[in-house]
Amino acid sequence: MIYIIWGIVFVLGIWVISTYNGLTALRLRIQNAWRQIDVQLKRRYDLIPNLVETVKGYMQYEQDTLQKVIDARSQAMAAKGVKESAEAQTALTQSLGKVFALMENYPELKASKNVSDLQEELTTTENQIAFARQYYNDLVTQYNTKQQVFPSNMLAGLFGFKPSEFFEVAEAEKTLPRVNLSLTR
Amino acid sequence: MHNQRCSAALVGVFILFFIFIGGAIDYIYLDAFTAVGPAFPVATIFALGFATFTTLTAYYGGSDIILSSLGAEKLNLQLPEHRELHNVVTEMALASGSPMPRLFVIFDPAPNAFATGTNEKNAAICVTTGLLTLMDREETQGVVAHEISHIRNEDVLLMTLVSILLGGIAILADWGQRGFYSSRSGRRLGGKNPLLFIPLLILIALSPLIARLLAMAVSRQREYLADAGAAQYTRNPRGLAQALEKIRDAGMPFHKATRGTAHLFFVNPLRRRVDDHEGKLADLLSSHPPIDRRIGLLYRMAGILRPVVQGSKVQMVQ
Repeated sequence: MIYIIWGIVFVLGIWVISTYNGLTALRLRIQNAWRQIDVQLKRRYDLIPNLVETVKGYMQYEQDTLQKVIDARSQAMAAKGVKESAEAQTALTQSLGKVFALMENYPELKASKNVSDLQEELTTTENQIAFARQYYNDLVTQYNTKQQVFPSNMLAGLFGFKPSEFFEVAEAEKTLPRVNLSLTR
Repeated sequence: MHNQRCSAALVGVFILFFIFIGGAIDYIYLDAFTAVGPAFPVATIFALGFATFTTLTAYYGGSDIILSSLGAEKLNLQLPEHRELHNVVTEMALASGSPMPRLFVIFDPAPNAFATGTNEKNAAICVTTGLLTLMDREETQGVVAHEISHIRNEDVLLMTLVSILLGGIAILADWGQRGFYSSRSGRRLGGKNPLLFIPLLILIALSPLIARLLAMAVSRQREYLADAGAAQYTRNPRGLAQALEKIRDAGMPFHKATRGTAHLFFVNPLRRRVDDHEGKLADLLSSHPPIDRRIGLLYRMAGILRPVVQGSKVQMVQ
């Protein structure tokens, strides 16, 4: 009889340890995924002044739009917290999208190698931001699901695991297709 | 985990198979295990050594052997096409949460791609220049996501092992057959059991075929899985479906691929008629699922994904 009880305690112990470790590992991966997004955002901050400098000469009638991009960039850089930064980033993505759309009107811009290199860099940065967020959200879904389903929810409550925040995207951005600047071949 | 177990089983079967063939050669040609034969089963020991050596080579250098035998070269980041590939792979590595794989290109007009390596950390992705010129960014993304998902599913180790081990079996069977022709005239068959003798001969003759069937059984289901994984990472099954359509319409075989490496590729590089059919025989003989079926499944995925998409995330909206 005593062996059966010890057996149950042992199995329970294993379950507690593996669930706890699973949740902790996920939490660390979520933090890492969040840093990955930050790396990409930083890259975008660095690229934007370059882009503005390069196209300024060509796009003399679009100074307002370019100024908006610069402003959106500084706002995004100052934003704190998941939600606020998500909103600021959305604004930046939109203002960038506008510049890209306007660039279509300037054939001499497309011909410049410098500009097309920059375009490729920004395209991939935009995509990398989108994919890094997607991965972040996938992880958060996993983490939050694990905290809510039986039986791991009992442990999550006991050890104080909290659901993570999703990287929400504003309604306006949802309707826009992903930026694709690559020249069609 | 499942794939690691498969790999271990494969290596086990491979070594047993070699011992068996070695034993057969000993028995038939060298009269081992009989009173007049040599004291040691020479061919068996040699085959065991050869099998061990091949396995170790396959594990530690398999991907490099495959890459260099197909003439793969490093990317030149000065070229815009290569840089775009590099960027697309970075994006997909982020989307799947895996480390950045090594990248190679093969200068060949036939559009194709493959992944190799033993684990996530030393995996490599290789594409042909034909693929880069033919595909737009969205389609390249689909193909790269397919390869990344082979790496994530840990298919690469198994597939790399299979190609090198297959080569090993082919070499040994070749020797066995040659030995048979040169020694048949001089040797008597007396004193041996013909019931054992004939199956062994058949085994030697059939071993390359058996090995090939093994490799093909390995790869079909994995292709569907990798397609599904690609759809998950890109949230865009249409890109991959379009890539497959373009490759199907281009209809170019990739001549550098051999039967030992065919199962590695994104689409079957050998393109025989049987690949386009469905059914039991095609399942047995072809290393890849029919391309039309893959395209159909991807489009169905795109159709099913759409309603789910609109509630949740931006990336899924088309």
